[in-house]
Amino acid sequence: MSADIDIDHVTIRFGDFVAVKDVSLKIAGGEFFSILGPSGCGKTTILRTVSGFLAPTAGTVRIGGKDMAGVGPNKRPTALIFQNLALFPLMSVAENIGYGLRVRGVPGKERRRKADELLSLVALPGSGDKRIGELSGGQKQRVAIARALAVEPQVLLLDEPLSALDLRLRQHMRTELRAIQKRVGVTFIYITHDQGEALTMSDRVAVMNHGVVEQVGDGHAVYDSPATPFVASFVGENNGVSGRISAVADGFAQIDTALGSLKGRAGAGLEPGAAATLFVRPERLRPAAEGIAAMVSATAFEGHLTHVGLSCADGHSLTMSLGRDIGAHALTPGAEVRIGYNPAEAIVLRQEAR
Amino acid sequence: MSNAFTAYLIFLGPLVVVLGFVIASMLQRRGAGVVEPGFFERNGAGLATFLILAVGFWALVMIVLPQLYLIDYSFHPKLPPSQRGGPRDIYTLANYRYFLFGSPNDTSQWNATHLNAFWITILVSMIITIANFAICYPLAYYMAQVARPKIVARLMLLLVVPYFINEILRAFAFLVMFGTGGLINDILVGLGLIHERIDFIGVDVALYAGLTYAYVLIMMFPLYNAIESLDRNQVEAARDLGAPWWHIHWFVVLPHAKPGVASGATLVFMLCAGALAAPLILGGPKTLWFTPIVYDRFFQAFNWPQGAAYALMLLAACMAFVLIVMRLFKVSLSEIAR
Repeated sequence: MSADIDIDHVTIRFGDFVAVKDVSLKIAGGEFFSILGPSGCGKTTILRTVSGFLAPTAGTVRIGGKDMAGVGPNKRPTALIFQNLALFPLMSVAENIGYGLRVRGVPGKERRRKADELLSLVALPGSGDKRIGELSGGQKQRVAIARALAVEPQVLLLDEPLSALDLRLRQHMRTELRAIQKRVGVTFIYITHDQGEALTMSDRVAVMNHGVVEQVGDGHAVYDSPATPFVASFVGENNGVSGRISAVADGFAQIDTALGSLKGRAGAGLEPGAAATLFVRPERLRPAAEGIAAMVSATAFEGHLTHVGLSCADGHSLTMSLGRDIGAHALTPGAEVRIGYNPAEAIVLRQEAR
Repeated sequence: MSNAFTAYLIFLGPLVVVLGFVIASMLQRRGAGVVEPGFFERNGAGLATFLILAVGFWALVMIVLPQLYLIDYSFHPKLPPSQRGGPRDIYTLANYRYFLFGSPNDTSQWNATHLNAFWITILVSMIITIANFAICYPLAYYMAQVARPKIVARLMLLLVVPYFINEILRAFAFLVMFGTGGLINDILVGLGLIHERIDFIGVDVALYAGLTYAYVLIMMFPLYNAIESLDRNQVEAARDLGAPWWHIHWFVVLPHAKPGVASGATLVFMLCAGALAAPLILGGPKTLWFTPIVYDRFFQAFNWPQGAAYALMLLAACMAFVLIVMRLFKVSLSEIAR
């Protein structure tokens, strides 16, 4: 039912512009795989290549071990869910879902049965006769998923399908999508610029920037052990402090910055004298007896967290997020504080020569 | 029935109908409890009055009244001006009888010449409409969905440029091209494909080609507009779901473009069936086209009542065609007019 996908050294060029640069990804059958990146990073280009609307300039795409070169989108075992869903507005819900089956010559009664079955799978039972215009955003979403699943694809490709929904619905659909994926067991490739979506739903995440895959890993790996400064700053909130490496030992690096000599776990390829950045997450910073000297510039109360803006030496600013049990209320703007962190929870990454 | 009464009927009838519509719409507005500002509130009393009067004048004097006169005329006998309104000016079906039987009184045999011309005009207009659709649909689809904007602009220019030339001159150009000594015969003979020159004009090929060409744009623009508004993702979605190209066109593109097809077909058919210049210039000696016959009734036979009856027959046929197209395509009049 589900196929593995092998994107093998794929490069895609549009004229002089290189949209995707030598990307290799192996996605296992039945996996929920997300490609996360800012707009224009090439993630949609990869999706369109897998679905067959674009041919790679170089490299190979294999689905279930078969080379897909020269195989049109209508012949691939993939189904694409478009960002704007692209439901057929002149057809009813059931006709939309049955369209792929109609193409395959399935008789009307059978199509209707299958449509009703899928509608209950996506929690919309009994709405087969509705017009598309009568549905809400979330319902359209479900119909689009049902339409794609109707052709029993081995791979479902999703192009930011939740971006048009409001926040609450988006969060609800995340759990829903994950549950549907578990139920049908099809390989999902999910494109998004929203790191929350990628982290909550996926088995693994690929982080892309400028046509290059910067890191592939599960949510924890990408969040806690970013491989590059881009991943560290794109995925979640982060504080970055740049400087030069002074020492590397035992998996830890010492870095000289404007805020003093700081310590953190060492990323790859560090050597003394190299330009690097130390990243430490806002929720890892704590008020401490000794550490970085800072002044509170602003506080923002968000319920479960309070975000504290800090201005430090040399015009640096940091953000610290504190839980309710830690005395954030004492930190009023103008207060002088000292900030500390556990070096094991900070990471030092080499500055790329880009 | 006195003639003065008929005149009143003709002038006041439409006025009453228009007033009726206005009152009905006002009542409906009141009944629905609509609070949005009315036509007068939105445009100001002066402008609104002017707009209503101008549109009313245009609709009434330019469209409704002439047609009503035409209808009235068609039921009168041909009389010298001195006898109009006199005792011999009665309502009669003689003109329609003439159209059907070739004589105002005798109904023993059909008016084969005119009836043939009538049916041939309708039939050929339909064929030309279909041919125009067949030519325009692929091009409209290519321009609206496939081609890059730069190419679309160039194609548009290429399509429009020939229409800078007067319709009659274009018809003459076709005459030159399709004539026995014309370009097309020259080429065919030159290539050795034919030995004897073909009389394209005599067999009406030139006429049909000329008419088809004359109305390509009329079909093109509504089609292009309709297809252009189709979300490209829908075509891709259909393809992604496994549809072959013809299936996408039949079940996704055409249903969306239906109003455009209907309005293009209506316009081409109407213009084609009502064409006068092209049939006169490009028609061969034996060509039967209905509009020149109508023209002859008016200006050769000087029988205006008969001409009116003939014109009405054509109008009725065209309206019937539009209604059939609307029914077939399940579109409403407002969609066609869009």
